[in-house]
Amino acid sequence: MTFINYASREINCKIVYYGPGLCGKTTNIQWIYEQANPEKKGKLVSLATETDRTLFFDFLPLDMGTVKGFKVRFHLYTVPGQVFYDASRKLILRGCDGVIFVADSQRPRMEANIESIANLATNLKENGFDIRSIPYVLQLNKRDMPSAAPADEMERLLRFRNEPMIEAVANRGTGVIETLKACARQILLELQKG
Amino acid sequence: MAKLDLVMYEEEYKALQDIIGRLQRDAQAKVVFLVDKNGQQIAAAGDVRSIDATSLASLTAGNVAATDGLAKLIGEKEFSLLFHEGEKDNLHISIVGKRGILVVIFDQNSSLALVRLRVKKASRELQEIFDKVEIRAQSESGGSARFESPFSEITDEDIDKLFGD
Repeated sequence: MTFINYASREINCKIVYYGPGLCGKTTNIQWIYEQANPEKKGKLVSLATETDRTLFFDFLPLDMGTVKGFKVRFHLYTVPGQVFYDASRKLILRGCDGVIFVADSQRPRMEANIESIANLATNLKENGFDIRSIPYVLQLNKRDMPSAAPADEMERLLRFRNEPMIEAVANRGTGVIETLKACARQILLELQKG
Repeated sequence: MAKLDLVMYEEEYKALQDIIGRLQRDAQAKVVFLVDKNGQQIAAAGDVRSIDATSLASLTAGNVAATDGLAKLIGEKEFSLLFHEGEKDNLHISIVGKRGILVVIFDQNSSLALVRLRVKKASRELQEIFDKVEIRAQSESGGSARFESPFSEITDEDIDKLFGD
């Protein structure tokens, strides 16, 4: 749910990074945080366990500049990927404007990717959204891993609606901004419809 | 789809701002925030510079969402009030209508009883404005949309510019 404030001429959008455990959702956000201009970024909030596994969510507010005289701000969230945190994942999708699915390219994780997309569809539905129409991007992360499956094979398994598909190595920043941009583009174009 | 954007105009925003400004003074609170349930800050009053408002908004919404989940687990509709007591400062969090959260931060200059009393009155007033915003949004999402999105003419170039290309 986009929040458009005519008084302060601001528009806030919520983007959620989704995907199986250890696929690199937090790494994506961390890289954006480290690269962003200090004036543009807010604090990175991480609710994580002692071993740095996301417990509830990570949150990063980003000021993007202005469009048509409105200040555009993105609120980036990650969900906890581990299967047993499903209740938390559902809560974080509440009111989101777009979803980035981070898939783990390593072959042994392919089943976890498929399960996580199915879980995303269910949780979106419970929040009143349709996975087939919400702004959505598929990121193939960890392309540098020796056990990475070929991109076309992953496409066959994971891509289902002609969504933008971006290859990434999030810990080096490859594909991270492209992914965010592909999602932002869909959200802003959606706003065109009013 | 259940997607209904929250669009707020100057007049509504001013009315909300007036109410929470008054609440902050009447309750002798340090800061009052109005946040939406999705984690976005709507308005604030008091010494807001001392606090990271954006993080506060998202964490409050997360807190309320988690508590909502707990309520449902034990068969309650919601817990409409949360109170966190600190050594110096306290947080009073309450739900306003379907989509608002009111956060009051206060210290020993005020009391829980006073805050609760003032919050009750302010909540009713805030609720009325939220209702108005919702009714307007619904009528605008119907066929006779007089609301024209300011983004109706957004271009790919505009989007590229946001990313500094």
